[in-house]
Amino acid sequence: MTRRFILGTVAHRLAILVYIIFALFPLYWLLKVSVTPNDLLYSEGVRMWPSRAGLEHYIFVLEHSDFPKFFKNSVIVSASTAFIVTILASLAGYALSRFTFRGKYWIVVLMLLTQMFPLVMLVAPIFKMLSPLGLTNSLGGLILVYVAFNVPFATFLMQSFFDGIPKDLEEAAMIDGATRFRAFRQIILPLTLPGIAATLGFVFTAAWSELLFALMLISGADASTFPVGLLSFVSKFSVDFGQMMAAGVMALIPACLFFLLIQRYLVQGLTAGAVKG
Amino acid sequence: MASIDITDIRKNYGAIPVLHGVDLTIRDGEFVVLVGPSGCGKSTLLRMIAGLEDITAGEIQIGGIRVNDLQPKDRDIAMVFQSYALYPHMTVAGNMSYSLRLRRAAKQVIAGKVASAAAILGLDTLLERRPRALSGGQRQRVAMGRAIVRAPKAFLFDEPLSNLDARLRETMRGEIKRLHQSLGATSIYVTHDQIEAMTLADRIVAMNAGLVQQVGSPLDLYDRPANLFVAGFIGSPAMNMLGGTYRAADAAFVAHDNSVVPLGRAYGCADGAAVTLGIRPEHVVVGGAGGHVTAPVDLVEPTGFGTILHLRALGTDLKAFTLERKTAQVGETTSVALPPDRLHLFDAAGSRLS
Amino acid sequence: MGVRNTVSMTAFVSSDRQRSTPVLRRLAVASEPYLYSAPAVILIVAVMLAPLALGFSYAFRDVKLLNPLSGGFIGLDHFRALIDDKTFARALKNTFFWAGASVALQFTFGLILALLLNRPFWGRGIVQALVFLPWAVPSFLSGLNWAWMFNPVIGPIPHWLFALGLTDAPDNILSDPHNAMWGPIIANVWWGIPFFAITLLAALQAIPRDLYEAASIDGANAFQRFKSITLPFLAPTIAITILLRTVWIANFADLIVVMTNGGPADRTQIVASYIFTQAFRRLDFGYASAIAVVLLVLLMAYALLIVLLRQSLLKKA
Repeated sequence: MTRRFILGTVAHRLAILVYIIFALFPLYWLLKVSVTPNDLLYSEGVRMWPSRAGLEHYIFVLEHSDFPKFFKNSVIVSASTAFIVTILASLAGYALSRFTFRGKYWIVVLMLLTQMFPLVMLVAPIFKMLSPLGLTNSLGGLILVYVAFNVPFATFLMQSFFDGIPKDLEEAAMIDGATRFRAFRQIILPLTLPGIAATLGFVFTAAWSELLFALMLISGADASTFPVGLLSFVSKFSVDFGQMMAAGVMALIPACLFFLLIQRYLVQGLTAGAVKG
Repeated sequence: MASIDITDIRKNYGAIPVLHGVDLTIRDGEFVVLVGPSGCGKSTLLRMIAGLEDITAGEIQIGGIRVNDLQPKDRDIAMVFQSYALYPHMTVAGNMSYSLRLRRAAKQVIAGKVASAAAILGLDTLLERRPRALSGGQRQRVAMGRAIVRAPKAFLFDEPLSNLDARLRETMRGEIKRLHQSLGATSIYVTHDQIEAMTLADRIVAMNAGLVQQVGSPLDLYDRPANLFVAGFIGSPAMNMLGGTYRAADAAFVAHDNSVVPLGRAYGCADGAAVTLGIRPEHVVVGGAGGHVTAPVDLVEPTGFGTILHLRALGTDLKAFTLERKTAQVGETTSVALPPDRLHLFDAAGSRLS
Repeated sequence: MGVRNTVSMTAFVSSDRQRSTPVLRRLAVASEPYLYSAPAVILIVAVMLAPLALGFSYAFRDVKLLNPLSGGFIGLDHFRALIDDKTFARALKNTFFWAGASVALQFTFGLILALLLNRPFWGRGIVQALVFLPWAVPSFLSGLNWAWMFNPVIGPIPHWLFALGLTDAPDNILSDPHNAMWGPIIANVWWGIPFFAITLLAALQAIPRDLYEAASIDGANAFQRFKSITLPFLAPTIAITILLRTVWIANFADLIVVMTNGGPADRTQIVASYIFTQAFRRLDFGYASAIAVVLLVLLMAYALLIVLLRQSLLKKA
């Protein structure tokens, strides 16, 4: 019995180790190449760590490329999107959580529908609609599109957080003399802060990762987001792997930070937007 | 303080009616308890008075003002919730003063009112704590404090003691009664616990299936229940209900096993009509002279306070409660008397016969 | 007491005013939920529903971005062209393979990971964060990263495969027409395992502990417990997750666009990436929309199939 138990435990830990290696190795490789000097990159082949490491690719990317600008654009787009979506989703999620009203069913259907059809369908029509408005090649246009794309999922997420707060609390506040909106702001929202943080994190990550619409809507370097910039970098200088990977590591940093922020809420987030990545 | 007038109030959820027309007048300063089993509509009625539920039909007036279309905040009432509904992110003082702050009362006034309410409830030392750091009984007090500071037109209580353990519930029951005696506030109290109703109420409103069954003082409901529902709901252990017929010739009740119980007087009821005879266990006389039925003892339940005997008599399981520590043995036979002045007679529809 | 009086006075006055317009007040109360949800709904309709409708109309029109004279109604011409489009036929086939293989692998490895993590052990929190990390990596970066891993110049994988004798030379799998699809699939599996693992882990942890204890007392061994408790409890989660995830992955073009752009020779083109290519590279919005309409019809058929399947299963049960 004990021998079987020990064997089982060893197998369990080994299996977990395999998963960890599989999950982390590509990221490790990214990091490794990004610190490998160019002259060693090809000569040392598949060595696990270069004989000499340096930050020269990072310095080059930061000083002689457009990446700081792309990074700034991406931060502006992702942060604005996250901020606006969270406000809209809080309001709509509250309505879905607390009211029974005739239009509720249709609002839910509408939001579910947007999660069902392939967004790539919208690439062409959205470009056509935004271009006469001067919203192509602009961060504003990108924010508008990202907000709309993320609102349904964020609404369901916020709804699940509101559902976790007893109705009694705002009823008590309303009896204490608050309007419903004041009760929402002063009693319910402060209690939903963790949920709001999670929603911000989810939406930021989603906006930070979006590629196809950014490619379609943005053409100049001035309004490029990080993914667009990195891809055009790849096609332009496809030999400079060190620099690309240094840029890649930089793109990874905000995503990882937000991952730490929302880690606790992963389950809720994934079930709220079961169809979303 | 104010009176509350409820006129033919109805409530439907979609097509499902839950209140079928309730009329009730609560006098200024009165303590009224709405009591009934869960789903009887008592909480819905309370929430309609508070403004938390729409009124399908009928009218509610508080202090002579029609409030049907008023928001809860404009009704000037306070409510104590079953869950207490304390704001978790505010301190005890913050919870108690929230309503005053919403009304933009002066700082000193708020501080004074909170301090005096805290003194009444013994919360003085807890004012800076958050609800999370309080025991159940303390939370209950804060919820009451939140209502007291406002001096509203009426207090509404929605099963405020249900989340407490039995001992604490008894203590808090006493405190609520004492508080009402000193404040004299118009109060409506919802509970499913008939002991709370009996001990607290000036008047009890017994409800069942969306209808008011009887309104009266606690002893009214105990002594003269208007129907089978009230008879069975009020009192513990519950009243014995015996099925049988009425015999007009000698004003007697004939049980299903043909044993006869003299009723002592004539009732307004046809000869041979199906009736239900009710008698409270504490009124059943066991042993002694004058017993007109003999019955074997089925089960003995000592409560310490007294003894509940289950007897096989009159074709049913007849419960008798006595303060004596009966040492009756199971299987033993004893004599049973049903004193005529303690009997309740109900017709086939369940209404009390006179 | 002074404050109290003014308080009730104001309450009295305001209630008196409100009493005069009960209809308006009722309207205000009834419209409240709509006011809360209006901004979100308006935005969704304007930025998602309207373009969707516009896209439908493009499917029947000649819309080319570079041709200012285009825009005329051409009926079913796009759809006729689609029937003869070999790339589209291949893309359709590739989509099934892409979605099927990705979901099957993600689910299998995700379930195993969830079962491993469902057992308490020292350091579980950190392990969980580490193995779920790929989910946080932006999809374009996952694609690029794996493309680099498969690149014999800087990546280790071709050399490993060669060393193991699986390939004849350390070549890039992404430029091998027969095996190129495995590149994006592996990247997708790496990226998508956490999704299944997290969802299934949540479902696992919702199974009441005492059921296992009761089963052990009844004499069930580990495998029997898994079969008679774990699986039935997980079944609904598994079914819904797989169904929804299949649709999502079928439409997920990022990795393919980044890693292979549909090549070599359209061997990795899926329908979604084909739509994007038509719109983004050829700027033929009309044709892209026609493909999109076909894709939508196929997805609806899939959804309908699932609903019917579910109903027949429910009837049986």
